[in-house]
Amino acid sequence: MPKTTSELAIQPAGLEKTRHVYTVSEITQDIKIILENTFAEVWVEGEVSNFKVATSGHFYFTLKDESSVLAAVMFGRANKEVKFKIEDGLKVICFGRIEVYPPHGRYQLIVERVEPKGIGAQQLAFEQLKKKLHREGLFDLKHKKSFPLMPFCVGIVTSRAGAAIRDILQILKKGAPCVDVVIRSVRVQGELAAQEIAVAIEDFNQFKQVDVIIISRGGGSAEDLWSFNTEVVARAIYSSKIPVISAVGHQINITLSDLVADVFVETPSAAAKIIVDKKNMLLAQIDSYGYKLASSITEIIHELRNNLVALRHMLKGPLDRLLEKQQLLDELVAGLTHNMRHCLDITSERVFSLIEKLEALSPLAILSRGYSLSLRLPEGVIIKDVAQLKPRDIVKTILGKGAFFSSVQEVIRDDPGSS
Amino acid sequence: MKEKQSLEDDMRKLQKIVEELGSGKLTLGESLKKYEEGIKLARDCSAALNDAQRKVELLMKKDGKFSLEKLNETQPEEEK
Repeated sequence: MPKTTSELAIQPAGLEKTRHVYTVSEITQDIKIILENTFAEVWVEGEVSNFKVATSGHFYFTLKDESSVLAAVMFGRANKEVKFKIEDGLKVICFGRIEVYPPHGRYQLIVERVEPKGIGAQQLAFEQLKKKLHREGLFDLKHKKSFPLMPFCVGIVTSRAGAAIRDILQILKKGAPCVDVVIRSVRVQGELAAQEIAVAIEDFNQFKQVDVIIISRGGGSAEDLWSFNTEVVARAIYSSKIPVISAVGHQINITLSDLVADVFVETPSAAAKIIVDKKNMLLAQIDSYGYKLASSITEIIHELRNNLVALRHMLKGPLDRLLEKQQLLDELVAGLTHNMRHCLDITSERVFSLIEKLEALSPLAILSRGYSLSLRLPEGVIIKDVAQLKPRDIVKTILGKGAFFSSVQEVIRDDPGSS
Repeated sequence: MKEKQSLEDDMRKLQKIVEELGSGKLTLGESLKKYEEGIKLARDCSAALNDAQRKVELLMKKDGKFSLEKLNETQPEEEK
């Protein structure tokens, strides 16, 4: 037992011999070496939280998932390359190394590169910038400038060596040769392109002599068109006093310059066609005006002529009047003649009837039927009563044919009471 | 610029004349005068749009001053 005890007593001394006691610095140093060697190049996926930008320009944030957190720092040198805005809640994939920071006894991820999870970094940057500019009202319809009736001078911002300018010039030459073209040649891809495009838009605004600006480049990948998705270009378009047509690429991708521009089309050719169409529409309008003028004047003259005919009709000549009077006269004469004849007819009829009546009353007519008429001579009065006679009176008796004289022998009075 | 301004003015005048003449409120003398004026405006506008004398120039900027340089149009086509 004592042995054991002594052994036991010795035991700690033995342990003392085999155990290695680190100082805090030593162990930290060892951990640092192990961790930093093991995790010298790692990809870590997580959600950003507590994102802060220090005055030094370094980014400090935490990556987390459901159960763990990892401190992360991205130094100013590295974070200048980040095209999109890192913000809380964003799911990211970070590339970097684990570093142990001895003063805090903490380890953290030193981020060299970061990309959003799910969508590309550029796409995210685009969405973020789009949202920002949208909030500021750069895409508002009320800011869209109206086009002049006819742009006779077009300013084009593009590369003079590119396909875009060739297409535009060709279409304008063929379709609207009245339009002058001023080209401001710029790079349309690469780091410097965005700035050059923006400056060119400002230049045209200072130059003032163009009626409309077309900014354009031919088709290309999303990266090729990137300059047209930059804030500096979007703001230059927004600030332009001259209306801007954005004609970028040959694809459906809408760039920010498309959204800010007053008009956007999908191809350089389409931009030129807008101008050609404007010209043709104006010509058609002028034609229709000309047609309306001609038809109006024709109508006016036609109406006047009709009026004239009507007036002339109303205004009869003296000859017409004479003829009219003659006709009236003829009618009156005819009427008069007719009436006279009628009148005569009636009169003669009456005369005849009177004559007949007269004839009926004539004594001679009675005499012919055997009666006779006696007159007392020498007075010649008709004897109607024997009282007019006395014997020896001379009487003339007229018969139907001839007459004779006789002398009265005796007068016989009728007895008035007997008949 | 000058062309554009006069075209806009001319188009406006032309439209007004078309309306006046269509209203039928003018005397024959006035109508004929307006008609002549309108036809002349229409002819001028068409002429401006059918003009084929276009220029193609490059806008250059040196020390903040602009200059125009004539562009040989066939050149870019030959390059490709």
